[in-house]
Amino acid sequence: MALDSKIPKGPIADKWTNYKNKIDLVNPANKRNIDVIVVGTGLAGGSAAATLAELGYNVKAFCFQDSPRRAHSIAAQGGINAAKNYQGDGDSTYRLFYDTVKGGDYRSREANVYRLAEVSTNIIDQCVAQGVPFAREYGGLLDNRSFGGVLVSRTFYAAGQTGQQLLLGAYSAMNRQIGRGKIKMYNRHEMLDVVKVDGKARGIITRNLINGDIERHSAHAVVLGTGGYGNVFFLSTNAMGSNVTAAWKAHKRGAHFANPCYTQIHPTCIPVSGDHQSKLTLMSESLRNDGRIWVPKHKKDVEAIRNKTLKPTQLAEEDRDYYLERRYPAFGNLVPRDVASRAAKERSDAGFGVNATGEAVYLDFASAFMRYGKEQAHIKGLNENDDALVKKLGQEIVKAKYGNLFQMYEKIVDENPYETPMMIYPAVHYTMGGLWVDYNLMTNVPGLYAIGEANFSDHGANRLGASALMQGLADGYFVLPYTIGDYLADDIRTGPISTDSKEFEEVENEVRKNLDHLINNNGTHSVDYFHRKLGKIMWNKCGMARNAEDLKSAIIEISELRSEFWKDVRVPGTQNEFNEELAKAGRVADFLELGELFAKDALQREESAGGHFRDEYQTPEGEAVRKKEFQYVSAWEYKGEPKDAVLHKEELEYENIKVKERSYK
Amino acid sequence: MNLNLKIWRQKNASDKGKMVDYPISDVSPDMSFLEMLDVLNNELIEKGDEPVSFDHDCREGICGSCSLYINGEAHGPDRLITTCQLHMRTFKDGETIVIEPWRAKAFPVIKDLVVDRTAFDRIQHAGGFISVNTSGNTIDANSIPINKQDADDAFSAATCIGCGACVASCKNSSAMLFVGAKVSQFALLPQGKVEATDRVLNMVKQMDEEGFGNCTNTGACEVECPKGISLENIARMNREYLSASLKG
Ligand SMILES: Cc1cc2nc3c(=O)[nH]c(=O)nc-3n(C[C@H](O)[C@H](O)[C@H](O)COP(=O)(O)OP(=O)(O)OC[C@H]3O[C@@H](n4cnc5c(N)ncnc54)[C@H](O)[C@@H]3O)c2cc1C
Ligand code: SF4
Ligand code: FES
Repeated sequence: MALDSKIPKGPIADKWTNYKNKIDLVNPANKRNIDVIVVGTGLAGGSAAATLAELGYNVKAFCFQDSPRRAHSIAAQGGINAAKNYQGDGDSTYRLFYDTVKGGDYRSREANVYRLAEVSTNIIDQCVAQGVPFAREYGGLLDNRSFGGVLVSRTFYAAGQTGQQLLLGAYSAMNRQIGRGKIKMYNRHEMLDVVKVDGKARGIITRNLINGDIERHSAHAVVLGTGGYGNVFFLSTNAMGSNVTAAWKAHKRGAHFANPCYTQIHPTCIPVSGDHQSKLTLMSESLRNDGRIWVPKHKKDVEAIRNKTLKPTQLAEEDRDYYLERRYPAFGNLVPRDVASRAAKERSDAGFGVNATGEAVYLDFASAFMRYGKEQAHIKGLNENDDALVKKLGQEIVKAKYGNLFQMYEKIVDENPYETPMMIYPAVHYTMGGLWVDYNLMTNVPGLYAIGEANFSDHGANRLGASALMQGLADGYFVLPYTIGDYLADDIRTGPISTDSKEFEEVENEVRKNLDHLINNNGTHSVDYFHRKLGKIMWNKCGMARNAEDLKSAIIEISELRSEFWKDVRVPGTQNEFNEELAKAGRVADFLELGELFAKDALQREESAGGHFRDEYQTPEGEAVRKKEFQYVSAWEYKGEPKDAVLHKEELEYENIKVKERSYK
Repeated sequence: MNLNLKIWRQKNASDKGKMVDYPISDVSPDMSFLEMLDVLNNELIEKGDEPVSFDHDCREGICGSCSLYINGEAHGPDRLITTCQLHMRTFKDGETIVIEPWRAKAFPVIKDLVVDRTAFDRIQHAGGFISVNTSGNTIDANSIPINKQDADDAFSAATCIGCGACVASCKNSSAMLFVGAKVSQFALLPQGKVEATDRVLNMVKQMDEEGFGNCTNTGACEVECPKGISLENIARMNREYLSASLKG
């Protein structure tokens, strides 16, 4: 089947407006007869559920946490982009579009990204109207900061808790609709499969996580806003429950999975401390506005630091290697994430890592303290040459900006980052890949939509900071509510979809069979045992740098681990009760399939692009080598086993941006 | 470190429940409290026992899922952190640690240390929002300047993570800090003032219906709140409530 991206004709700046004007609409009276299922209550699912309900559809929303407010979007720290140009620094829709396409290493779809840039400004207006308390300047207007990969200040933020505030905004919009009876909310429910009737997505099967009930839910369309799959690596910055199950089950029911190998490894996370580690903690990219990244220039100093005979603060300026500033003078510490991560790995692999494991670099705020402090001393008419005073004043400013992050760091590492530089190392953070969708955000299964991190559409091979929040809310508030109408317009006379059909029964039986197997297996190892093993394979062989040999062996190892899992996993308890191990087992079973497809995708992509770096394809200086013949989206069709998946290509065309060597020098 | 854990075990809502002892050894001081429980659970599973259920998700202090009552304190002995941010270096080798769920009539136990906090959601359904349509056809964000102090105070109130530690710490199981935080956030912003009267009346009414107790100003909630939500918010809500009652 050929992939049709359904991009509207016409000049890029007019596509979305013209398309909206032509799209089929459902009149308000008919919307009352149409049901929509939204799985996920993060920024994407939450905003979609609220907006669809407000338009008049009957919405059923699902999340596996005990409240929609706890979706993983809550953890986003740094900010959200919008082309408001409030700072008057030359920002525009085109520039945001350009930065995002370039940042994505020319592997995203132009038309989608342009639309994203176009609606970005609405998001900010919308959120402020909802009472989202963004940071403000003394004059009462909104403040901005800058993020990696761009030269303007367009990021809106709420201290280090931007995701929380935006999600609470979407949650409040949902609450209003729940109160009006337009959204029926199912907390602690896990979606375990999609049901298709006559080729269209018409419902889902869920498990009630409190009592184990298996339920059938039907609707005229199903929307997945179920987040990313970074936890395939076991250790990531994602929440413990983040999973691929919904997307993977959709894939197994016919939806193509796009670019699974595009993973973002975030440069600034707290390094691993030991084998007990259950997750990794991000230190927001916004810190790179003020922190400088370095390692010692000389190996002897590295040794001394590791032996704790030398403190980093004692090392003279000329003995430090600010390697990002050295290699990329134009962008310095604000290069995009993929570039910063690889550079940290390069220094660590070369033996310059500053902690016991050799996998850490410094993020140092000392010069920011002095810079801000001098400014404050000047404003307050105090002595600018009193270093102690200046430092203290500067620390107060930094505290106001990033206080919660500094506190988080100190709690985890037990070191005070105001007195000694932070140690950081890259960690898995975000997945650009996901379900393939067309311009309408519909997968190739009619009536099945994917929004937010669960789809693949806007970030190409690398996502720029502060753009996932933007995409989630754009999809949910402003794009899907229009495009879904075009599909549902044909359903105004369909009437309610019955769950009493052989299609629902068959899928439910399969779900039950799987759960029974897991519960009755009585093997010897816990789910985590297998998940950790999978994570090791993924990190070592499909991580920050990949090569053909490793990827081939990863494919074999993952499929062996998968059969071992099904033979030997031990899930305690029963199906009919609150059983977190059972929920985890189902998720890990799906990761064990996805991991294999991931490696297969990385193997076929014989180039380096964004988050996907192949050892074989690099310049002598270690920069990524992108290739014209791989300028396509890889969309995989499920054929029984992950390794048998069939590749479909969506060629990418760039008519409004000239594809260039991506340079941040 | 070696520790002796005393953990509340309860099969389901109707089970009576009891404390059970679990010795655990080789705990690293760098582990988080929940990682320590992961180790215990893996041992239990591989031995054929039932692991201990507890709520958790983000493990970085922001989602509000984790909710353990440790040695008589919500989120344990440390201040301004959630259970998932608590590290084992806070405890001493050989120590006994008592772990219980949140206890409140409005938060019934689901299993072991997991409780049902949907009462909080229902209070939000009653008024925790500003009634704007999500169409994006609103005015430009910068057309309503907001005094920085008010914006910062609204933000501080909005950082509540809905964990319920305030309820668990209060001898009356009052939810005033949680509700006060939401009411304050909106009361401080011009956008929120339009519906202020209905909001506070409806949210307080729902809070009472859910079976949360009264506030007697003991302030335990503020001490245990991981986000440092201030009692100011309760005072502000009381003022809002009083003026709304007079109007209503
Ligand atoms: C620590 C951290 C910091 C970040 N900071 C930023 C930032 O500053 N700026 C930025 O732009 N981006 C940031 N990101 C990325 C961004 O937060 C996410 O990409 C985005 O929030 C994802 O939103 P979502 O709505 O797609 O999914 P999520 O918020 O992950 O929501 C997924 C939802 O799906 C539900 N769900 C999943 N599976 C199932 C199932 N099987 N059944 C039922 N329900 C299910 C969950 O319950 C949840 O409600 C950050 C990410 C992390 C990890
Ligand atoms: S007020 Fe504090 S203790 Fe209460 S729910 Fe909010 S964050 Fe938790
Ligand atoms: S697990 Fe999210 S706050 Fe503790």
